[in-house]
Amino acid sequence: MADTNRRSKKKPVGEKPELLRNFYEGMSLVRTFELRASEMYARAKIGGYCHLNLGEEATVVGLTAALEDRDYLYTTYRDHGYAIMRGMEPSVVMAELFGKATGVVGGWGGSMHMFDLDKRMLGGYGIVGGQIPPATGAALAISFRSEAGPESEAVMCLLGDGTTNIGAFHESLNLAGLWNLPIVYVIVNNGLGMATTVEDASAEPDLYKRGSAYRIEGTRVDGDDPIAVRDAARAALKKARVERRPSLLELMSYRLKGHSVVDPARYRSKEDTDEAKRNDPVTAFRAKLVADGVLTEKDADAIDDGADKVVTEAVAFADESPDPSIDELFDKVYSTPVANAPRRLPGEPVVVLS
Amino acid sequence: MSEVTMPRLSDTMEEGELAHWMKNVGDRVEKGDVIAEIETDKATMDLEAFESGVLEKQLVEEGTIVPIGQAVAVIGDGTSSAAEPESATEVETPAAGKKQEAEQDTVSAKAKGEIESGELEEDDLEQSAEPGQPAESPQPATAEKAVEASSGADKLRMSPLARKLAHDNDIDLDAVKGTGPQGRIIRADIDAAIETKGTKGGRGPVAAAPAPEDADAEIISLNKIRKVAARRLTESQTVPHFFLTNVVEAERLMALRVDVNNGLANQGVKISLNDFIIKAVAIVLRQHPEANSSWNGDSILRHRRVNVGVAVATDAGLLVPVVADADRKTLSEIGAEVVELAGKARDGKLPLDQMSGGTFSVSNLGMFGIDEFTAMINPPEAGILAVGAASPVPVLRNGELIELSKMKMTMTVDHRVLDGATAAAFLRDLKGILEEPLRILV
Amino acid sequence: MSESASEPRIITYRQALSETLRAELERDENVFLIGEEIGVFKGSYKITAGLLEDFGPKRVVDAPIAEEGFVGAAIGAAMLGLRPVVEIMTLNFSLVAIDQIVNHAAKMHAMFGGQVKVPMVIRFPGGGGQQLAATHSQNLEVWYAHIPGLKVLAPSTPAEAKAMLTAAIRDDDPVIFLENLALYSVKGEVPDGEQVAEIGKAAVVKPGSDLTIVSYSRGMVTALQVAEEFEQKGVSIEVVDLRSLRPLDRETICASVRTTSRAVIFEDDMLSYGIGAEISATIGEGAFDYLDAPVRRVAASEVPLPYSKPLETAALPHAADLSRVVQEVLDATRFTK
Repeated sequence: MADTNRRSKKKPVGEKPELLRNFYEGMSLVRTFELRASEMYARAKIGGYCHLNLGEEATVVGLTAALEDRDYLYTTYRDHGYAIMRGMEPSVVMAELFGKATGVVGGWGGSMHMFDLDKRMLGGYGIVGGQIPPATGAALAISFRSEAGPESEAVMCLLGDGTTNIGAFHESLNLAGLWNLPIVYVIVNNGLGMATTVEDASAEPDLYKRGSAYRIEGTRVDGDDPIAVRDAARAALKKARVERRPSLLELMSYRLKGHSVVDPARYRSKEDTDEAKRNDPVTAFRAKLVADGVLTEKDADAIDDGADKVVTEAVAFADESPDPSIDELFDKVYSTPVANAPRRLPGEPVVVLS
Repeated sequence: MSEVTMPRLSDTMEEGELAHWMKNVGDRVEKGDVIAEIETDKATMDLEAFESGVLEKQLVEEGTIVPIGQAVAVIGDGTSSAAEPESATEVETPAAGKKQEAEQDTVSAKAKGEIESGELEEDDLEQSAEPGQPAESPQPATAEKAVEASSGADKLRMSPLARKLAHDNDIDLDAVKGTGPQGRIIRADIDAAIETKGTKGGRGPVAAAPAPEDADAEIISLNKIRKVAARRLTESQTVPHFFLTNVVEAERLMALRVDVNNGLANQGVKISLNDFIIKAVAIVLRQHPEANSSWNGDSILRHRRVNVGVAVATDAGLLVPVVADADRKTLSEIGAEVVELAGKARDGKLPLDQMSGGTFSVSNLGMFGIDEFTAMINPPEAGILAVGAASPVPVLRNGELIELSKMKMTMTVDHRVLDGATAAAFLRDLKGILEEPLRILV
Repeated sequence: MSESASEPRIITYRQALSETLRAELERDENVFLIGEEIGVFKGSYKITAGLLEDFGPKRVVDAPIAEEGFVGAAIGAAMLGLRPVVEIMTLNFSLVAIDQIVNHAAKMHAMFGGQVKVPMVIRFPGGGGQQLAATHSQNLEVWYAHIPGLKVLAPSTPAEAKAMLTAAIRDDDPVIFLENLALYSVKGEVPDGEQVAEIGKAAVVKPGSDLTIVSYSRGMVTALQVAEEFEQKGVSIEVVDLRSLRPLDRETICASVRTTSRAVIFEDDMLSYGIGAEISATIGEGAFDYLDAPVRRVAASEVPLPYSKPLETAALPHAADLSRVVQEVLDATRFTK
């Protein structure tokens, strides 16, 4: 694992207790939701792939706290927590995981494709790096249609440490740096692609430096400290809005478990997993708030119970929701109706003889 | 108390082997503890407890393969515990080493066998065929078997078009010699066979050689319309029928028609005499529902709607489009509709729904100068009215010789549906309304 | 813009495209162009000449050589409601962006539950025959025609170019707009005023009764040439222009073959798994009883296209090849006039 002097000793001095409490509520909700999603996958209620934000809760809460309603968010496929903290109902996110008609995208996307146009959560992408060019294009559109300033919209684009090696990353950062686009690229560095470490994949493993080829400033941040994350993101977004300059943030975090629910992560050493558990940001943040008197243990328990209740209701909602109808199978292919659009199920005749 | 089931741990997993218990019966278990190791098709995974409690039962032995969703353990509060597995479900014990994926379906294995046996047919063919001409272009192995079956073999080669034409024209394909590539029977061969058949006066299947052309007669093959008409007219012959004729004094009708058309002149609408007749027929049909009926095999169908078929002559043959609900349409509507239907009929664009559903038909040969004629019933309708030309006739009235316009109508009636008296009453009332034509308008 | 029908002008395919881009840029401020060398250089095929000067760098965007990047960026802009018209220098280079086109543009509307539209046009010329060698001469439009969520258009004349580009820009779905290097200088009558084509329909460009030739894009020039040649000999050939590769108008194709009973497909792409394969299967299913001979395809040889002229010429399909195959089909049915 990379250097250990990444732990910031930032104390949440001056932060309002209400805000800290809200942060913990968010982290607890995301943790509970993701653990339950893992269980639901094992119970075969969720199919396909399922990537969890376990260990990433501080990043989720910090980044979404920095975003304004008018900003656009693009994420990787590890998107459940971001969807919830961006304002999508846990029940509707769970329903999407179950593939139901009441899901976020009507059962059409699943775990990797959470999307809500009104809340400006623009996906959820299964292709590694696939989100980066569109995110850059969204920033381009903003630069065309509005002036720089504190009220300007901005784009935040999340990506993983492994993603920094793909062409789309480099092409997009080049465009952003060249065209002065209002976008913040956030690398969530959990140290591993699937099993490949950052050092084994990137010629420059200090990922925050990888924007320098495009003259994009990079900052490394402690991803386990939601306040630090929020502050860094806010600053970068402000730069995007006011200066119309892109930024690169590298958030250091740990994956608590495997790459996805089907990965037992046997490639990690015991020390590594133990360290991850020791540094569990949710328990750490909780402990800090209790130590600082912001919450009592009882308060914290109550918050956790509340999260449990919300997630349990979400599962019930998803369970009871109907599947999407086969009748709508062809309805979402095109936005503009067009003659002769195929609507054939397998084996149906290609042309009906008249 | 709750059951712990075999979890789904990968998108391709269908069953797992409970490789190793990590907790014993009676052990305290916390939520998240690993209670067993599961061997899947891809990796060895941990089975975590979703709830806290005491491991009361281990339901399967180590090494057992269990399908997803089946219970493997029970976690409870510790009050009940048994060492024996309770579940009576049969599970496979694995061979040493990797577990298998989903078993092969016995059904699909059978199907494979059937496909293989199906190839025997082609082999048989090959053995019985005479050595055929070599294929002109490279063909895949299986197709070669078909290619060799040219002359003298079991399978005929013909283009789909040739096959269709042969079928439509009752040509026996076995008797046709194919002159296309590889001896394929093509359209030209069928066309020739049809000609020969026609020339020989339909003496049965045609000889292989094309027949010499006959200079005295030209064969007109039947189009679809004529074929169908031929069949239905033959059918019409079987209907027990009788005829009734009467003569209508058409003066007032013709005068009214002139008036009506004058009134509609600036709208570009022209009502024909036949339109008046159609409307009149419709009104009288409404008054005589027994005439608005059909023979139904073992019963009579009395129709609720009055749909009048109007005979139209086209180049392709006689068509009878239907003016539906003619009793409820105005004269102008009927006039416009008849023009439209006739046009469509002549263009060959008449849809099926405008050609069916008729309850009575009207045929008018007046424009050809025919005085009177008898029409053939359009089965299963009970009647058809044949209208002749309205022509001037000298009449002695009150001692004076005057000229009147008279029009003859002949009704053909299905005797199974209508008897003489009923039909006569219909025709009498029709005459009545045509001679007081204002009644058509109200 | 001008009013009702005046004298149709005769202009090149290139001019038709250029005028249409200009007209749409004027009509809708959300429309913008993006591509390599389309501004200062005026476009590698001069389609976009003059547009940067008149509309400025926010409407005509010169992109670096980064197809995946700028096609993906166009997708993002479209998600926010802009209407990008992306120029990729040739079809060959679109492969660099194929992930963004196939995995993103085509699928976003469905994958995100119908919430978002991707109203963009990606235009590029395909085709070979200019000794540009293997990687610069391909006709891979069938790859895109295979993908649900895309619309794929192939105008064959200047008039079609105008009408179809207009329709494509106004359509809310991602449209692949296939041009052809050999068509850019072709002249034709183009009606004035607004022309908006119907997407998804083929057209019988030349009616006939004895044999159907199906083609699209540059192939139409050859098809019509050969049809005229046979007309002189008394054979009436019907020529069907596909116009739209996705959706495909199967009914028009089948209706034609049901009348003529003979079909030959002429395509610039390679034979196996090409556009013609789909047409052939369609005819086989939709006009089966009416075929008097097998459906034939005239397509390019399956080889990475060589540079040397005689080799290149041998590998590509020409009018002589089409004529020969048409005659073979006529002979196989013992056609006489």
